Parts: sequence; structure tokens; C-alpha cells
Amino acid sequence: MIEIRIDGKTIRSKPGTTVAAAILNAGTDHFRASVRGGRRGPLCGMGICFECRVKINGAPGQRSCTILVEQGMEIETAANEDSAADSHG
Amino acid sequence: MTYDIAIIGAGIVGAACAASLSREGMSVALIEAKGIATGTTAAGMGHIVVMDDSEAQFALSDLSQKLWNEMATRLPTDCEYEHCGTIWVAADEQEMAEVRRKHAFYSARGLTSEVLDEKALHDAEPNLREGLAGGLLVTGDSVVYQLKATSYLIEDAKPAKVISGRKVTNVASDGVWLETNEKIRAKYIVNAAGIGAASLSPELKIIKRKGHLVITDRYPGFVSHQLIELGYLKSAHGKDSDSVAFNAQPRSTGQILLGSSRQFGIDDAGVDRELLRRMTSRAFEYMPRLRELSAVRTWTGFRPATPDNLPYIGRIGDSNVFAAAGHEGLGITTSLGTAELITDEILGRDSRIDRTPYSPNREVAAH
Amino acid sequence: MSGTTITTDILIIGGGPAGMAAAVAASESGRRVTIVDDNPRLGGQIWRAELGKNGSPDANKLLAALAERRIDLINNAQIFGTDRDRSLLAETGAGTITLGYNKLIVATGARERFLAFPGWTLPGVFGAGGLQALVKGGFDVSGKRILVAGTGPLLLVVAEYLRSKGAQIAAIVEQAPVSKIIRFGLGLWNAPAKLAQGLELRSRLAGIPYPKGSWIKSVRKTGEMLTAAISKGGRERQFECEYVACGFHLVPNIELPSLLGCSIVQGFVSVDEYQRSSIPTILAAGEPTGIGGVEAALIEGKIAGFASTDETRKAEALFAKRDRTSRFAESLKATFALRNELLTLAEAETFVCRCEDVTFGVLKDFNSWREAKLQTRCGMGPCQGRVCGAACEFLFKWHVDSVRPPIFPVKLENL
Repeated sequence: MIEIRIDGKTIRSKPGTTVAAAILNAGTDHFRASVRGGRRGPLCGMGICFECRVKINGAPGQRSCTILVEQGMEIETAANEDSAADSHG
Repeated sequence: MTYDIAIIGAGIVGAACAASLSREGMSVALIEAKGIATGTTAAGMGHIVVMDDSEAQFALSDLSQKLWNEMATRLPTDCEYEHCGTIWVAADEQEMAEVRRKHAFYSARGLTSEVLDEKALHDAEPNLREGLAGGLLVTGDSVVYQLKATSYLIEDAKPAKVISGRKVTNVASDGVWLETNEKIRAKYIVNAAGIGAASLSPELKIIKRKGHLVITDRYPGFVSHQLIELGYLKSAHGKDSDSVAFNAQPRSTGQILLGSSRQFGIDDAGVDRELLRRMTSRAFEYMPRLRELSAVRTWTGFRPATPDNLPYIGRIGDSNVFAAAGHEGLGITTSLGTAELITDEILGRDSRIDRTPYSPNREVAAH
Repeated sequence: MSGTTITTDILIIGGGPAGMAAAVAASESGRRVTIVDDNPRLGGQIWRAELGKNGSPDANKLLAALAERRIDLINNAQIFGTDRDRSLLAETGAGTITLGYNKLIVATGARERFLAFPGWTLPGVFGAGGLQALVKGGFDVSGKRILVAGTGPLLLVVAEYLRSKGAQIAAIVEQAPVSKIIRFGLGLWNAPAKLAQGLELRSRLAGIPYPKGSWIKSVRKTGEMLTAAISKGGRERQFECEYVACGFHLVPNIELPSLLGCSIVQGFVSVDEYQRSSIPTILAAGEPTGIGGVEAALIEGKIAGFASTDETRKAEALFAKRDRTSRFAESLKATFALRNELLTLAEAETFVCRCEDVTFGVLKDFNSWREAKLQTRCGMGPCQGRVCGAACEFLFKWHVDSVRPPIFPVKLENL
């Protein structure tokens, strides 16, 4: 199992899991805030809709459905109040 | 029917003329070959800036900025009119001398600006690299979403008749011919056809100047002022060769619009990757952290340049045709001033500034 | 940073069935073949995650052949533009690579078509294929109640897949009328493998309601659950569920061939019988030339692979088989055409463009895609209109065009 942190909480994930799947498995569906502040989560699952963007290891705007979990990854979603402002990126 | 005015081109200049003439009670037909604001207007940056490269350019851009500020109180919020100010960025002492010259120029003409030293510049724009000498903050400058502003002007021009999707093929003394062989009759004709203006009024000398722009995803707060390097004074932006300069604009969306480039003698509208990379590399020299930001779109546009860098505004010869064209990269700013001068001339009034430098009948020599 | 240049004979964009089949066929000539895919894994949307495991025999055969022929694979590379003649630019984790080619095969697949209805932007409302992809990526849906809605055979495939992963399928809501579905079913006699697949799928899904001529009208959040309103025979029915999986068939990914200047006819890359586009050095296979599913993709990929290496006889030998699959594509299109009632789903406040939050009410007054884009930023966000473009095409009959570089957002330094 791979250990990652989602909004400060440690989560264990199977290798080969996408970051989007890991976030959903952790019970969060509020990935990003839309430009008018709406709650958004993944739609297309294949990297084209950009709805699943989150901050990964400090880099904002990463499409979580196209990235596999890696040991020690730090993930921030819009569900984490503090990061909401950055998640537009 | 016979309109008082037929305006050719619904870019921002044509739209401003339509609004201004309608306000005087004239009947106006605004004729657009493609779509509203889809030519040079769409390709531009929407920077409302007072220029100092000649007295005439200053007078027109200063008048225009005043008109923008008056209109700003009425502009809907989706026009995104923001008083962000311009910072002319100086890399070294030589460019700081230019900062002081500009400051004196603006001050002498009643315009507020502020000389920034190295630290003040860094405080104003923390994402600029360390070690830049300083800059000049011109506080009155603004940014607008020029496409919405054009729509607003057209809305303001009501009841002007908008004829969109039909190209004007010929200008006559009593109106204009459309490609559909219809004639729109009018007492006066305003040629605001941008890069297409010279094909309808051969007296005008207009050269296409190609530019590239890039827009990023949303990064609110990354840039706060319109930033323009002063370095072009030394190296780039010559008359004959392709050139690039650092020019960054904060949009109210948090997006950053990056320019600029200029090329003459090119008809191909495609993105030139080599030039684009020269342009972004120049930007990275000033703002290294831009490298990591996500670019969403690139595009090019053609600006209508004139040999002496001043637009053509006014009656052509003793015809019924008035020129409102050749604004190069300043058309968004100077659209409102242009409309005022055209309106004054048609109505036989004096203007707040001297109109002669912009006359299409002037002797034009490159300076 | 930009730097690496890779030059190959046959460059294939897309590592799904069409791309893999094209690569194996092209490699028979002994030329250098390179596949570029934007994903960490090969297989495309349909095979990814199952390759090498209990995946389809076709997939495993191709995978073995790819390994044996030593075909170059470049994964995690997103094509974003063109450089000089016959070269593409791709962004990778290590910067931009330039890909030079003699022949290019576009096998970029398709994406789902989404339609805007009230509530479609709520978290928990996924694309149908989208939810399947997320589950393939490790999303655990066991015990979850899911409503599958939209149109097309993909709904059945997705429902069966989700059920096999322990989900409870509330219903499969198909907008196509039952008469068309029956005709489509009969038409399958011409494609026995598909018929068998279809019947097997239906039997495994037995017991799950599969209303036809029925469509989703809205979704709203009720506590922890979602409530979907479904229209059926003039009446409305409510379904409570945890997730909604909703897709309205597929639209091709044609941004790259559009950027390259290939002729596009009615939304698809126009190709001749050798799968050659209007530009002689560029071929296309699979969904970009017409939505035909995996069998069409495999056969078209093979033809493109042979044609690109001048093995014309081998390509010609496959024409008859390909023509049978194109008939299937035609009947798919006719069966699952969108009904007019779907035009009335969006309300004034319903977002159509999700990147820029542009509503139906704002968009409906514009005359063209370009005008709407410039005035509202619809389609100008990071997805670049991949989601709202197809919806606007349907809703407003706009011709959605004007592809600009980069065709995918890219770091400024990689541009």
C-alpha cells in the first residue's frame, strides 16, 4: 500500500490508483471550486474536462484523474477550506 | 432611406464612432464584414494607456483615457474595467534615466506617476525577478475587456442599425456598396475598417503589423499592474526586424495576458513558434516564475500601422469619407478620442485637442 | 525545457485499439514505429487498466505483438501543437519533445458527449464512461446505488462493469425510443460477435430496469444522496442514488487533425479507403473518422498501419471487413440520435461551460460559437471547449470550430 495525505489526513491506497480515485475513496467529492465558487468533482475521468483539478505537492491545477498515487504525495482539495482560493489554478 | 452616417467596421473604433454620432441624434448604419469586434479588436490586450512618444499621441491617448474614465462609471461589470495602473519596468540605470524622463513628461502635463526604486518595484510586483533597477508607475492607466466594451458601445449606439456579415466592396460619394450589390445610402461615410481601411480608401497608407499573445490559466494576484519593459528602447522594436518585449497584463479573472511581438511584412496569421518562444523567454527574464504557469491559448493579430505611428482621423480630401483607422496597437485606448474628433468634425465643431496631426491629408513620412 | 527531438517513420498518436493495431500492422514493414499516448498506460479508454490481466484477447494479442516488434512507446506525453513541417510537439514530465515523422496516424479516440441539465455540475454526477474510468483507476463503488443515464451502447457496458464491481444499478435510462433499439438489435445479425456480446450483456444485467424513450431531466442534492428526475412517457419518476453516470454517446477527438489542417466533414476526419486524410502524410483510424466502436477501430487501425507503409495489398484485403463495421457505425448513429426533448433540459441558470461558469441563459442569445466565445469566454477555459462545445453544437446548432494552439494547456516554458 501507498501512503498519501489528502487535506492533511493520511490515506492508504493501492498502487496503480489514480489520485482522483483515492480522493473519492477518502469520501471527498469537492475537488475544486469553480470560478463562481461552485463545488465541482470529476466528470470525464480521462483528463479532458479539468473538473478534477487539485493541488498535488504544492502544484495547483493538477488533473487528478490522470496522475497515479505515489508514496508521500500531498494532496489538497477545495474541500480543505484553506486551499479553496488556490484551487482555481 | 439615407442614413446620416455609414460606418465601415464594427471593431471598437467603429463602435465608438457609432455611439458618439448616435448620441448627437444622427442616424447611423454600422456595417461589419465578419462579426462584431472579431478583427484587430479581438486580438488586442485592452490596455488603456497614456503614451508619451509624441505630443500628438499623448494628446489623443490622454483625451481618450479621460473619456474611458467617464464611461467607466456606466460600464457593466462584465467589461472588467480595472484601474490597475501601468508599471514601466527599468532593468538598469540607463533605463531609470528614461523613467525619470517619462515622469517629468507626465508631470509637466498634469498626469500622476510615481518613480519606483528597486524595493518599491519589488513590493508592487513580487514576482518580478530581483535586481531590477525600478520603474515608473502610471496610476491612471487601466485594463478593459475590450470585446464586452465594444458590445456596450454598440448597445449605447442604439438606434443605430447594425449590418453584420456583409462586406463593403466600394465606397461612393453617397453611400457604400455591399458585396450583395446592395447600396447603403449615407451623407457621410466613416472608414473604420482597420487593416482593411486602405483597400477602400487608397489615400490611406496602412501597414499590417503582426503580433502574438498568450493567455494563461487563472492565477489571481500573480501580477497586479500592467507591466511593460523599457528595454525595447535599447534593443528591440526596430522598424525593420521582428522584435519582442516583455508585456504582462493582469485580467480580472486572474488570467495573465502576455505579449508582445511585432513583425512587419507577414500575411500568414499562424502562430510562429520560434517568435513565440522568444517572446516568452523575454518574459521569463523579467518574471522567472511565469515558466511554471499553464498557457491556455495563443493567438496572433494584425495591427494597422501607419508610417508615422499616428492614426488617420478626419475627412479625406474634400470627400464625404472620413478616416478612423490606423491606430496600430493603441486602438482600444484611442477609440473614444477618435470618435469624439470625428463627431466634432462632422458637426463642424472645434475639438478639445488639435485635430491636424491626425489628418489623413497630412504629409506622412516615417520618423 | 524544449530540446529532445525524436524522429520516426510512422508516428501514431493514441495508444488505444486503433493505435495499437496500426502500430503492429505498420511494423510488419520493418520501419520505425512510435506510439505516443497521453496516459501512463496503453489501451485507450476501453482497454486501459485491464491490459495483461483478464482483458480482452484482442488486447493481449496486440500487447504481445507490440512488445515483440519493439515498437517505441512514449507514455504520458500530451500533444499540444505542431512545429515545422511534419513534426508535432508533446509536453512530458521532462519538458517538451519534438516528434518528427514521415507518416502520421491519428488514433486519438473519442470522448463522451455531455448535455447540460439542471444539476449536472453537482459532484457525484459523472460521465458514464467517466465513472467507469474512475473505477478502473481504483474508485471503489461497491454497495453504491448508481443511476446510469443518457444514450448509446456504452451505458450497458458501463452498467455491467459497475455491477461487476459491486455497485447497485438503479436503472439504465436510455433516451432512444424502443422502436429504434429493436431495429438496432435486429441489425446486429450482420455482426454476430456484437450480437452475442449484446445478448450476454443483457442477460447479465437482467433485473435492472432499462427504460427506453426515457431521459434524465435534472439532478438535485438531497442530504447525502442525489435525486434524479427521469421523464418516461410524459410522466416524471424520481430515483434516489449516490451517483449518476450520464453520457450521451461519443464525440471524436479531432483537435489535432483540425490543427494540422485535415479536412473535417460533419465533425469527423474525412478519409479515403486507405484511411488517408486530405493531407497525404496523415492517416486517421478509429473514432476520429466515425464512431464505430472497438471492432471498427481495430480494422481501421490495421488498414492505416499497412497503408502508411505502402503495403497496399494487405490494406485492400481488409476493406470488405471494414465496410461491415462502417455499416454498424451508421446504425449506431441513427439509433442513438438525440431527441429534441433534450434541447429543453437546460434552464436559464444551468451552466453550459463548466470551466468559465457560463449559463444557458447567457449563451442562448448569441449567433455563433466564435461570438459566444469572445463575449462570454464560453469554451475558453482549460478544457478549451471539449465539454461545452459538443453541448453547444447540439443546443444551438453552432458550428464549433477554430482550433488554436496549444490544443491542450501547456506550461509556458514548454510552449
